[in-house]
Amino acid sequence: MANITGRSGSMGDVAEVEGEYEVAPFGNTLAALGKDHEEIVGVTADMGRYSDIGPFKEAFPHRYFNAGVAEQSAVMLGAGLAKVGKTAFVATYSAFLTRRALDFMAIACAHAKANVKVMGGAPGLVNSYGGTHQAIEDLAVTTRIPDLCVVDPCDATELSQVVVAAALTPGSFYIRNLRGKVPVVLDPNSYQFEIGRAKVLREGNDVGIISTGYMSARALQVAQRLEEEGTSVGVCHVSTLKPFDVTTVREFASQFKRVVTAENHLRSGGLGSLVIEALYGISAPQPSVVRVGLGDMYHDCGSQVYLDARYGLDVDGLARAVRGERWVDGTGQPG
Amino acid sequence: MAGRGVTTQRSVEELETISHYLRRRMLQMAADKGEGYIAQGLGVADILSVAYFRELNITAANLETPDRDRFVLSTGHYSIALYAVMAELGVFSDDDIATYALNGSALPMSTFDETPGVEITSGSLGHGLGQGVGMALGLRLNNSSARVLVEFSDGEMQEGSTWEAAIAGASFGLDNLWAIADCNGIQADGPMVINIEPVLDKWKAFGWNSVEVNGNDISALIGAFDELRETKGPKCIVARTTPGFGVPTLMERERAHFVRIAEGEWNQLIDELEQSRG
Repeated sequence: MANITGRSGSMGDVAEVEGEYEVAPFGNTLAALGKDHEEIVGVTADMGRYSDIGPFKEAFPHRYFNAGVAEQSAVMLGAGLAKVGKTAFVATYSAFLTRRALDFMAIACAHAKANVKVMGGAPGLVNSYGGTHQAIEDLAVTTRIPDLCVVDPCDATELSQVVVAAALTPGSFYIRNLRGKVPVVLDPNSYQFEIGRAKVLREGNDVGIISTGYMSARALQVAQRLEEEGTSVGVCHVSTLKPFDVTTVREFASQFKRVVTAENHLRSGGLGSLVIEALYGISAPQPSVVRVGLGDMYHDCGSQVYLDARYGLDVDGLARAVRGERWVDGTGQPG
Repeated sequence: MAGRGVTTQRSVEELETISHYLRRRMLQMAADKGEGYIAQGLGVADILSVAYFRELNITAANLETPDRDRFVLSTGHYSIALYAVMAELGVFSDDDIATYALNGSALPMSTFDETPGVEITSGSLGHGLGQGVGMALGLRLNNSSARVLVEFSDGEMQEGSTWEAAIAGASFGLDNLWAIADCNGIQADGPMVINIEPVLDKWKAFGWNSVEVNGNDISALIGAFDELRETKGPKCIVARTTPGFGVPTLMERERAHFVRIAEGEWNQLIDELEQSRG
């Protein structure tokens, strides 16, 4: 068993934060935006405390609506509010939104091109409660819905920028929401999120990592570590899964003989699959692709530190894959 | 604020005439297509007549204005009835509605919100009331006097999302939210396959001001609106309707959910409608 450290990271809080962090970047950004944008409203499904929407609620209590334990209702409320000119941020856990309320996200939101921004909290292994709470397939299902923009931000810097972009861009979004003390990895003075644009965070010569979400922070750490070992690793961060930046991914991947994808999500159906689709049909030579992510199984409960180590998503695990050592997912399948 | 009152003072006789015109348009649309959800449309015609032509502030000129009243058709497959209303309002021409449910038509068998006069994309059932709650919340936030009237069916009361929305509408105390439950007793698999009674008691228990009426009786429908108008909180009219109302052959038909009629027989149904008016 992996070395267990820290508390459990219950209710979707990022368990252990080393270095710089921001508290509640989603809620604080939304509250700041709300001053100049009266059309912004907040909706939750009894997860106001645990989705970081609290600062918006405090600032604009009359523009905040709690549907109770009713995710379908929360998404419908958001869609209805959008129909009369509002921009609705609907925030609860990603697992409950993308499993229970998917029909409403697809038809009431995306089909209607409604200004509903669905904030999926505690995605994947961020959640400590096991398979019931861990949305490990949310990117797979949401990226298949037409007219739904899907984003998995890296850190607090990007999450805040994504919230601003989503608020100011018409249409429906599904955004993976990191809550609590959220690490600051990207420099807000130099990094700028753009919808649908992948960003090369680090150039490299030997191996390329294509990553999304908080795995991009791991990828940067792995690149640093391997540089000390004499291997040059590039990192391409794909925060927008839909629309997918095929051009940048192809250009980045074409530089390498070997590419490793990294995501806090099923290895099949998410970033790894999108990268393989993007590379399909390009002129030779094709890089080999190793996909680091989650296996076709329900995962343990436990802290994010424990779970990441258990399933090979920690820095050690990702470094193994990048070095070309044997990497397997939780079911024993090789990357 | 209970919102606007009666928008127009049409008489019962005038509204019955409009119902008749709506039914005639629906039959013509179904005849052109050869099939359709005509039984439901004929059944709900009187509700639509009272809603659009007496109660609500909805006209061809104000379909995009922020303060218009909203009629939310949750049963997307009742589109034939809504298109008839839009034609009666002058939004659609006879040529427009002749394309009902044809390939590539802007008037599809199940509603899309791109169609003028259609507030939501429906067809996946159980979507209307929750969006109506959201609209009513937003309109209240805007200090608008506009009302939201959501139509849904008895079959939709089998969807859990309808009851989530019922709880929300009452909990938010939405004076500007109205619902009409079209209880016609049929669903896709035949007569109600799972019991949803007692409907009126359920809505009362969920905190809605509720009355039950014959949904094919214009006077009774007007009475229901008048009775509920000044009440606080959301309001629900449980309307018992007869599928195919006005056309005896369809009223007697056992399989009325989706009707296919041979080409030559539509004229007979139209004749029946004309005769039923006397």
